[in-house]
Amino acid sequence: MMPSDTYFTTPPEWHWLVILYFFFGGIAGGSYFIAALIDLFGEEQDRPLARLGYYVAFPATLICAPLLILDLKRPERFWHMLVQSERIPLPAFKWWSPISVGAWALLIFGLFTFVSFIGALVEAGVIRWAPLQAINNAVRRGRVSAAWSALGAAAGFFLASYTGVLLSVTNRPIWADTKLLGLLFVTSAASTAAALLLMLGWRRGAVTRDSLRWLTRFDSGVVVFELVALVLVVISLGSVAQEWLSAWGAILVVGVVIIGMLVPLALHWRPRLLGNLTIPTAGVAALIGGLVLRAVVVLSAQSV
Amino acid sequence: MAEPVGFFTDTTVCIGCKACQVACKEWNQLPAIAGGANTLSGQSYDNTRRLDGENWRHVKFIEQFSPDRQTARWLLMSDVCKHCVQAGCLEVCPTGAIIRTEFDTVVIQADVCNGCRACIAACPFGVIEINPVTKTAQKCTLCYDRLQLGMTPACAQACPTQSIQFGTISELRQRAEARVKQLRDLGEKNAYLYGVPGDGYTDDIGGLNAFFLLVDKPEVYGLPTKPKLPSRNLIPGSAFSVIGAAVIGLLGLFSFRQRRLERSNANKVNHTADNPPAQGGA
Repeated sequence: MMPSDTYFTTPPEWHWLVILYFFFGGIAGGSYFIAALIDLFGEEQDRPLARLGYYVAFPATLICAPLLILDLKRPERFWHMLVQSERIPLPAFKWWSPISVGAWALLIFGLFTFVSFIGALVEAGVIRWAPLQAINNAVRRGRVSAAWSALGAAAGFFLASYTGVLLSVTNRPIWADTKLLGLLFVTSAASTAAALLLMLGWRRGAVTRDSLRWLTRFDSGVVVFELVALVLVVISLGSVAQEWLSAWGAILVVGVVIIGMLVPLALHWRPRLLGNLTIPTAGVAALIGGLVLRAVVVLSAQSV
Repeated sequence: MAEPVGFFTDTTVCIGCKACQVACKEWNQLPAIAGGANTLSGQSYDNTRRLDGENWRHVKFIEQFSPDRQTARWLLMSDVCKHCVQAGCLEVCPTGAIIRTEFDTVVIQADVCNGCRACIAACPFGVIEINPVTKTAQKCTLCYDRLQLGMTPACAQACPTQSIQFGTISELRQRAEARVKQLRDLGEKNAYLYGVPGDGYTDDIGGLNAFFLLVDKPEVYGLPTKPKLPSRNLIPGSAFSVIGAAVIGLLGLFSFRQRRLERSNANKVNHTADNPPAQGGA
């Protein structure tokens, strides 16, 4: 007797390109969200951290598109995701198909990240073109800017979480046996983005210590939430969770729980533990955890 | 729209000749496995093993032996795309490559598919795979080109025992029910239909346009007991994601608030240190 009816299906052969897409999509969405949160509720001293978030979100989104396209068996037909190839130029859009919505989300979020990236460069004085500076001065701190940040953050979180929902909207073992992968991925997106911004902020020295302290506290809360989400995923899998009583489970415990969650938490709790290396160690550990999490979820379900 | 058509596969009269597989490959010009190399499964007389992008029909050999190998039973089933009444593959396909035809069958348009493979993971029966030649997802089309010319699909045409029967769904169901009754009257009490409305198995996907007469549990034939649509997880999965995003947002706001409180407390302490309260006494 099979633990689930999902065991009669065929793996789609989604491998490292997809895993990397999930990882970078998460970092992009999470970074934008943190930057937007500062835009909306932060203080003036947090502006460098907000700009850093926008500097990360745009290139991370840019990486996503080629990863997705290269994963297609017919990459030259990538545009079929967005346009009905038999009825050009009618759009191809199915709200009930996560891949279809995700393709549009990547495009729309890409627009948000690009505009905010340029805005951050103008704000920092890297771009000194007068018309852009005028626009930036006119909209910054206004309702337009707030609405833009809020919508961009929503699009970013969509990009970070729909990948988990996409896996659940299949019939594969593990993926389709839980409804919580979107929740797990969105928490992991926030924690990996926070880890990367902490590392970059610490290294650049351009982010205030107060901002770093805020981000560390935020990250600690998110990592605890991520741990809870992972436990809930395992519980929701029921008897299918036995698939992780294997090398996959060991990788999950060591790579995700210990390295990706407990090590960063311990280093946040004891910030002087490794001296100057505390923040970069916590950051690298969290990033490794985020990548391993996606690798285990994606690959273990296809090895059943 | 024409009347829905499909297959009724009576597994009790299949003799495992694989004429259906050959006819399917020939008509649809499907390539040989592994470029024609002779690969053996090593665990069965069946070397095709499963349905995939190159094998749209596959005769399953279910070899049931007692532990001492004194008694044996072979169940044979010509497997194929089920052309689900509600098809999971069609549901998730982002490009519109998978369509429902005027015959109520499910067809993948090879010139539209871009090989994202969402349909492979969505199919509850493991029917679809990538064809290594076209590099697109492929499966049985129920010979859509032949149907348009009023012809019978190649597999049903070639089947020598009428294990694979083609026709309108209503007509096939009548035939199938009569056959089940006949088998039960003859003593095969385990005969039943898998893929018809109210069968207790495939109701979640509205039944199958390619349905089967079986004499053992569905899983013995490699069929799920309760095939489901992938979209069942869409709304709850999205709702949990939104809740997660909201909690993360609240964590961010809570962290801001904590910082302000700490700063305010630190200011109070500093203020107190700068202006110590006056000592009592005259």
